Amino acid sequence: MLSVEGLEAGYGRARVLFGVSLEVTEGRLVCVMGRNGVGKTTLLNTIMGVLPATAGSVTFEGRDVTRLRPDERVRLGMGYVPQGHETFPQLTVMDNLMVTLEASPHRDPTALEEALEVFPRLKPLLKRPAGFLSGGQQQQLAMARALVTRPRLLILDEPTEGIQPSIIIEIEEAIERLHAAGLAMLLVEQYLDLALRLADSFVILDAGRVAHSGAAEELRGEQVHRLLAV
Amino acid sequence: MEGVLNQLPIGLSIGAVLLLIALGLTFTFGQMGVINMAHGEFIMAGAYTAYLLQSVGFLIALPAAFGVAGVMGLVLERLLIRHFYGRPLDTLLLTWGVSLVLQQAARDLFGAPNVQVVSPTWLRGGVGILPYNRLFIMALAVLSVVAIWAYLHRTGQGRRMRAVMQNRRLAATSGINTGRVDQVTFFIGSGLAGIAGVALTLIGPVGPTLGTYYIVDAFLVVVAGGLGQLKGAVLAALGLGLLNSYAEFWSDASLAKVIVFVAIIGFLQLRPQGLFVLRSRALS
Ligand SMILES: Nc1ncnc2c1ncn2[C@@H]1O[C@H](COP(=O)(O)OP(=O)(O)OP(=O)(O)O)[C@@H](O)[C@H]1O
Ligand SMILES: [Mg+2]
Repeated sequence: MLSVEGLEAGYGRARVLFGVSLEVTEGRLVCVMGRNGVGKTTLLNTIMGVLPATAGSVTFEGRDVTRLRPDERVRLGMGYVPQGHETFPQLTVMDNLMVTLEASPHRDPTALEEALEVFPRLKPLLKRPAGFLSGGQQQQLAMARALVTRPRLLILDEPTEGIQPSIIIEIEEAIERLHAAGLAMLLVEQYLDLALRLADSFVILDAGRVAHSGAAEELRGEQVHRLLAV
Repeated sequence: MEGVLNQLPIGLSIGAVLLLIALGLTFTFGQMGVINMAHGEFIMAGAYTAYLLQSVGFLIALPAAFGVAGVMGLVLERLLIRHFYGRPLDTLLLTWGVSLVLQQAARDLFGAPNVQVVSPTWLRGGVGILPYNRLFIMALAVLSVVAIWAYLHRTGQGRRMRAVMQNRRLAATSGINTGRVDQVTFFIGSGLAGIAGVALTLIGPVGPTLGTYYIVDAFLVVVAGGLGQLKGAVLAALGLGLLNSYAEFWSDASLAKVIVFVAIIGFLQLRPQGLFVLRSRALS
């Protein structure tokens, strides 16, 4: 469903990605791992069109989306939750959800209720400005916002980073449930045990290249641990 | 004493005009980081629209000027400004050039001397110290602010505009076509300048350089009010309008400019971020 082929990207003259290829098939959860600064966020941003690809291609459901704008990719069914639990801080929680719903192709209000069922903690907070939520609540809002568009592929960048442990559990459960319901996901996750519990397969990046990829069982080897050690 | 009171409606109505001008500036700057030096010429375009339509009717001129100035803003954004996003200095010089071209175009079309728009009879006279034309300008500004507020807070398009202003990249990855939102913002902001131009025909003559008299003060309103802030713009515009008219009343026009500048610089020393700022946990 998502196919990334020889992707290259960077910032100005500094190249970060050197020909990354990966595949997410229908209903699978693929986890991207790697040390800090290897280019995980850069990869996701390029897949979403926030950064232009200088070479290579991104194909989604058989369609080449490499040159599309981010909003066009969202409307095709790619949902993105960027790193750092970003929200629109001055909009209320409700408006954060509404603004995404109104930009989605289906505009179906029941999608909003469904997203709130996944994150019931948000329900009593709907009228509050998003900027005043805790980091964990903001992360749940960020994920709920992506769900409101009814994506067929959900791309998550470190959803548990800097979040209090009690909410990490809720987020993990939400990811598990969405995965069980058949949603395909591309997940960047630093916690190895969490990644092992959730993922069907792995892509390990090192210095902007795929150093290793394969099924979950293969991840326990010596060499893999060396690639992930901080 | 009467002289002092008479300055009040003058100051408030100038403040109202500044507000109409500053709203467009503050939104285009807050949302796109664009300093549009040609914004003053949209005022001029609005004023000439009223001039051309004065036989048809003054009230018709308001939506017409909004449309004319709005479309000019839209065309400017599409043809030039959008190619220079993220390059504020280039945009500044470019739009300054456009501003000079538009002034020359007005000279060619309408002649260099000022023209006078005849105010409708129902705006002559007044109650007490309040002339009807000044009251009308204030009402126009109040209506525009209410309309803008309702637009921002009660409509989907307004919500998208606030989202883009707060986090453009996140808006794009949420499925919002940010380019489209930019166009609408430019249209509305420029249209408001056109309305300001119509208002100005009620209190003075119209000339090719009309905009240049107000654009600097409008920029001061934007800076003092805090970028992209409706509340801040309202307070700063009224404050500046009053300050202007009283400084002029107690000294003279050129000294008044100096007083206003000194006051603004002093204010910005105390509050460099303006009256209001985007504030939240997420940004701190
Ligand atoms: N906006 C930017 N401008 C210039 N360089 C950048 C920018 N963002 C990231 N980089 C550089 O690109 C490289 C990859 O960064 P990236 O954010 O993709 O890493 P990451 O794997 O997501 O790291 P982390 O685990 O810390 O999130 C780093 O060397 C970083 O310094
Ligand atoms: Mg990252």
